[in-house]
Amino acid sequence: MLGMSANSVSYNEQGSVESGVDAAPWFLCRNEDLKEMLESNKESLKLEAMKRIVGLIAKGKNASELFPAVVKNVASKNIELKKLVYVYLVRYAEEQQDLALLSISTFQRALKDPNQLIRASALRVLSSIRVPIIVPIMMLAIKEAATDLSPYVRKTAAHAIQKLFSLDPDQKEHLIEVIEKLLKDKSTLVAGSVVMAFEEVCPDRIDLIHKNYRKLCNLLVDVEEWGQVVIIHMLTRYARTQFVSPWREDAVFDENSEKAFYDSEEERRVDQSKPYIMDPDHRLLLRNTKPLLQSRNTAVVMAVSQLYWHLSPKHELSIITKSLVRLLRSHREVQYIVLQNIATMSIQRKGMFEPFMKSFYVRSTDATHIKTLKLEILTNLANEANISTILREFQTYVKSQDKAFAAATIQAIGCCATNISEVTDTCLNGLVLLLSNRDETVVAESVVVIKKLLQTQPSQHSDIIKHMAKLFDNITVPMARASILWLMGEYCEHVPKIAPDVLRKMAKTFTDEEDIVKLQIVNLAAKLYLTNSKQTKLLTQYILNLGKYDQNYDIRDRTRFIRQLIVPNEKSGALSKYARRILMAPKPAPVLQSAFKDRDRFQLGTLSHTLNSQASGYLELSDWPAVAPDQSVRNVEVVEPVRLPLRESESEENSNDSNKSSSSQSEKSSSESDSEKKKKTLKNKKLQQQKPDSKDRQKRIRSTCLRIMQHNYSLNYYLPPQIIQKTLNIMTKYILIHIVLSISSPFFVNCMCSLLHLCVFLACQFDAVSWPVRVSLQASSPVFVPETSHELLHRMTGKGLSAQYRFTRQPCIYGNSMVSLQLTLSNRTDQALENIHISEKSSTGQNIHRFNAIERLEPQASVTVSMGVDFNDSTQTANFQLCTKEDEFSVSIQPAVGELLLPITMSEADFTKEQGKLVGMNESSATITITPENVSSQSVNRKVVSVANLGVIPSGQENIYRFAGKTVSSGSLVLVSVALKDPDAMITINTEKTVMGSMLLRQVKTALTNSGP
Amino acid sequence: MIHSLFLVNASGDIFLEKHWKSVVSRSVCDYFFEAVERATEPENVPPVIPTPHHCLINVLRQRVYFVAVIQSEVPPLFVIEFLHRVVDTFQDYFGVCTEAAVKDNVVVVYELLEEMLDNGFPLATESNILKELIKPPTILRTVVNTITGSTNVGEQLPTGQLSVVPWRRTGVKYTNNEAYFDVVEEIDAIIDKSGSTITAEIQGVIDACVKLTGMPDLTLSFMNPRLLDDVSFHPCVRFKRWEAERILSFVPPDGNFRLLSYHVSSQNLVAIPVYVKHNISFREGSSQGRFELTLGPKQTMGKAVESVLVSSQLPRGVLNANLSPSQGTYTFDPVTKLLSWDVGKINPQKLPSLKGSMSLQTGASKPDENPTINLQFKIQQLAVSGLKVNRLDMYGEKYKPFKGIKYMTKAGKFQVRT
Repeated sequence: MLGMSANSVSYNEQGSVESGVDAAPWFLCRNEDLKEMLESNKESLKLEAMKRIVGLIAKGKNASELFPAVVKNVASKNIELKKLVYVYLVRYAEEQQDLALLSISTFQRALKDPNQLIRASALRVLSSIRVPIIVPIMMLAIKEAATDLSPYVRKTAAHAIQKLFSLDPDQKEHLIEVIEKLLKDKSTLVAGSVVMAFEEVCPDRIDLIHKNYRKLCNLLVDVEEWGQVVIIHMLTRYARTQFVSPWREDAVFDENSEKAFYDSEEERRVDQSKPYIMDPDHRLLLRNTKPLLQSRNTAVVMAVSQLYWHLSPKHELSIITKSLVRLLRSHREVQYIVLQNIATMSIQRKGMFEPFMKSFYVRSTDATHIKTLKLEILTNLANEANISTILREFQTYVKSQDKAFAAATIQAIGCCATNISEVTDTCLNGLVLLLSNRDETVVAESVVVIKKLLQTQPSQHSDIIKHMAKLFDNITVPMARASILWLMGEYCEHVPKIAPDVLRKMAKTFTDEEDIVKLQIVNLAAKLYLTNSKQTKLLTQYILNLGKYDQNYDIRDRTRFIRQLIVPNEKSGALSKYARRILMAPKPAPVLQSAFKDRDRFQLGTLSHTLNSQASGYLELSDWPAVAPDQSVRNVEVVEPVRLPLRESESEENSNDSNKSSSSQSEKSSSESDSEKKKKTLKNKKLQQQKPDSKDRQKRIRSTCLRIMQHNYSLNYYLPPQIIQKTLNIMTKYILIHIVLSISSPFFVNCMCSLLHLCVFLACQFDAVSWPVRVSLQASSPVFVPETSHELLHRMTGKGLSAQYRFTRQPCIYGNSMVSLQLTLSNRTDQALENIHISEKSSTGQNIHRFNAIERLEPQASVTVSMGVDFNDSTQTANFQLCTKEDEFSVSIQPAVGELLLPITMSEADFTKEQGKLVGMNESSATITITPENVSSQSVNRKVVSVANLGVIPSGQENIYRFAGKTVSSGSLVLVSVALKDPDAMITINTEKTVMGSMLLRQVKTALTNSGP
Repeated sequence: MIHSLFLVNASGDIFLEKHWKSVVSRSVCDYFFEAVERATEPENVPPVIPTPHHCLINVLRQRVYFVAVIQSEVPPLFVIEFLHRVVDTFQDYFGVCTEAAVKDNVVVVYELLEEMLDNGFPLATESNILKELIKPPTILRTVVNTITGSTNVGEQLPTGQLSVVPWRRTGVKYTNNEAYFDVVEEIDAIIDKSGSTITAEIQGVIDACVKLTGMPDLTLSFMNPRLLDDVSFHPCVRFKRWEAERILSFVPPDGNFRLLSYHVSSQNLVAIPVYVKHNISFREGSSQGRFELTLGPKQTMGKAVESVLVSSQLPRGVLNANLSPSQGTYTFDPVTKLLSWDVGKINPQKLPSLKGSMSLQTGASKPDENPTINLQFKIQQLAVSGLKVNRLDMYGEKYKPFKGIKYMTKAGKFQVRT
């Protein structure tokens, strides 16, 4: 005993020596010691030995010699020791197959252990031992574990499927059976893992998913995050094979490029024949994945984003933008992947990310690859409206210390210049200025980009070519020099005087130039010879002679070729006749396009997309089918989950039968079978009635009602959950009454039917207004914030204190129902004013959020504070006292009606839908003659949003402009539409707040009839 | 999915490897080392590196590269997110996640990795579950284990693994029941030369430390929830409740966790709490440059700006800087050209300034770019967006917990261009 502990101390000492540099000689003797420790009968020693062995494995050292000694301990009772042995076994079993077999029986025994953790870990290790002989044993174990009561063990079984498949692909058919079984599993724990197995073993067996589709959609929120990612990716693929494209209607409005990309010729043809209605299952998927955009796991957010990108109708796509931009706050590596995906998206849909342009501004601390990606995105986002902002931003980047990044910026400027013709000249001028930059890489890059730009429109820019010729002497970067020479040669006719002079200079320095420059000198000489042989003949001869004896054979070859081509002699033959046409052929301008242009061939968020090449195991996303496959394959026996409450009742068999028979017909169930079924369920209810527990009974009735509803209406797919809840509540009450009265006649069944209709109808009616509105009322930022401020307190009345206020049109931070105001207080006296505040005891009922008292305001100084007032959706003035230390001044704010609104965004469809609900009393309209300068869309938009704080709704129709907002206090919708019918315009305002509506109408009217800004 | 994992330190040594499928030779990391060599800075190593047969996805945390080997298609973010989760778990267990910490706890690390992945697919990543399976090493526990012969490894499946609230373990008991919430907001901003804001946004998080007995159900409501433009939640938050009522309702995990992170829309005016006056200039032909920097508070709602740290990467041409700060200390590294000035607290009566001259390489032309100034600061007891917690209620348990809420504003990526 004593000896042993001494022994272990000495090990520790050796251990500390080991952490030094070289461990080879120590290692040899150590193996023996470890064996000895493992064979001792003291648990702690064994454990210590195993810990050291694991340390060796972790360092990547070979410990396979110890296999026999280690494997003996596999049956140890000490769970930590056992686990470490498992670690060892998994690592070395492949190398020592025969010995590994010794341990199998232990695992087989452990598979029957009552402890689920032990069962699971036994299966994990057993399936991780990559020994082909035990395949049948593994197969058996997996099949057994797949029916285990513990979901944790079933999860492990799902993992084991993949392991077995990679060990022996021949088992595929059997494994698919197990997968099929596990796919039916209702545990959220299993779902992710089995879908993973499905993706790896049989991704093409899409038919296995049909029956589980709705279940997976509904479970999704509760599945652990990693499973969510896998399931979402799988469902994306599934949906693309099962549903028809939701992009059809948009195709009519969208730009050509998108149509071309989605290759939707065929789809559009179908489109014309019948209107598109989204499959409820398609909608289910979109609806159930949306909350996951709020996940903390970036992979989940990305997965949902790509799902929306590939599956959602175009107008719903915008909801992913915010979440993706949020991910940019995460780790550097996450940023990289997200930016890549945004880059691909931004090529096709600029509008999505344009409002978030500033999130892509580069910071000097960003890593280089992040910087270039941001640059890429900014370039993609550039359009006529924002190009000046972007170019200003680019100007700062050009000055960056990171020269590679500065060069990339210049490329980006070039890209913007070619894409947006309005700024081509501005960009060119800017680039020309950069030519005098001190940094060579910047200059070189500018020259190269200018060259590309000039190629698109050479004739107008001979002065730039001249300028570059002037700078030529100062430029040393070979690529830039070569580019200038090429430009000279290509456009020598535009600069007939300068080009020969440049050639003269080059002739002098030819021998000192880089190869790439020499080639261009020869090129320039040849072109000049053809166009202006009088002046340059001798020079050309000279240069060709120099080239003939150059060290580089490329240059010698080129020289020889050029000489034969341009200098006519008896041997040159036919070719020299065409020399001019060969050399001076018009060359197409290079296309500057994004490197992410062709990435969209890969599914977003995948490894293949990141690498821009197909990774092994990449599963292609199929095109939408032209005609949707049979939808009914996804129908499952919905009765199953609600059957449970009936289980103990005596009529179980009976009801089951009826369920089965009715479910098979449920799609087109006639009213007759319905009533029959109801009779039966009612019988059940009566049976249950005898049970004393009324709460229990209520529950049962509820579930029965739910079943009736599902059968008749498939309601849960069409109605929001709240409505179902409400209906159920109402129904349960009614049925309870009836049961208490023991009414059970056919008449009652009929009553029930109509009652059900009524309930659903009522519930819909109650919620129709509030429910969809709550979803679509997404507040947005104000389109226009007026700068004008209004006088609150004149300096004369305020004894030198003057105050002005303006509406910021932002949601107020002090309270939901408040209007946000900005107050500017100025001191016009020559003494400091102290303790400026709003008196507590103010007055007219409005709720006011006061600004913090200003301790001291120096003479001639002014200060801006913000406050909030709840006007309660009326234009009544808010009166309050503005106080200083000495004085009190009564002031009042009367808001314009337009300031009592907050803008919201909604789709055009939602707008018309909401408008349809707000008719009659709630609608006020007027026809006006519009002044000619107000006819354009911009001016109408500007006029309306300057009068009222409304959001602009993108309109599909010309001459109809739509605006939406909601009142600050009560959140009622305010919809404004202006329809132009030259020279008249019809203004319509729909809102519940009729007073506000008419006031707003008057203001919009005056705004649109007045001319001026 | 994840085939193998290699841990590589700053000097390019592999100090830990773990394989979940068949063994991949460590020579695969050669491609990674090549990429490291090509990158000038450690941050510039591309996160995804393709090799002929595999693909390497790496993350860099605390100067340790975590290199995962991938063989087939997998969402790259999946791997990246997982690797970061591994690091977070290590930090949770060992306090830090450095090379030394991993080497000291190699057995626990191995046990953890074994539990976290099965066949390359995540199995248990929730820290509450892991801690029940493998107890974090503490000195006390090591001593107890040697005496009693018990182990760090749990024998039962953690209850959380199967329950609907996998993030919380059952049977939690505390004598002092307390729940603390920290509302921390970071301002990301770019300020241009003239002092006007180019872009500014507020990113906030609510970190919680909840030590409550039993299964408490908490609700947290805000005075002004509309401020929150975009949010992401810990899985414990009930999303439906938030959608309908803008109330955070949740059964909290035990211990420290991040409840919520949010974004305040950039359209709202962001109050920038500090201003920087600067005059950094180089004269043509002279080997001297002028450097002047003054900081001052602005819109701080009367709160003090603390822990101010200014750093700036000066142009390459600068040889040395001879500056004098009115408070705090400054350092200038002539090799990396990094200037950093630890200011401390800003006193509004006496604004801190840093003035002096820079010497340039003689004969070198004047640098044509001006350095960017990075700013860090902290303001206690202020959430700059104006977000305010209204109340915190607890249901489901009888006792009265002690509740506390702290606000703080920090600089995020705060840059001033000069």
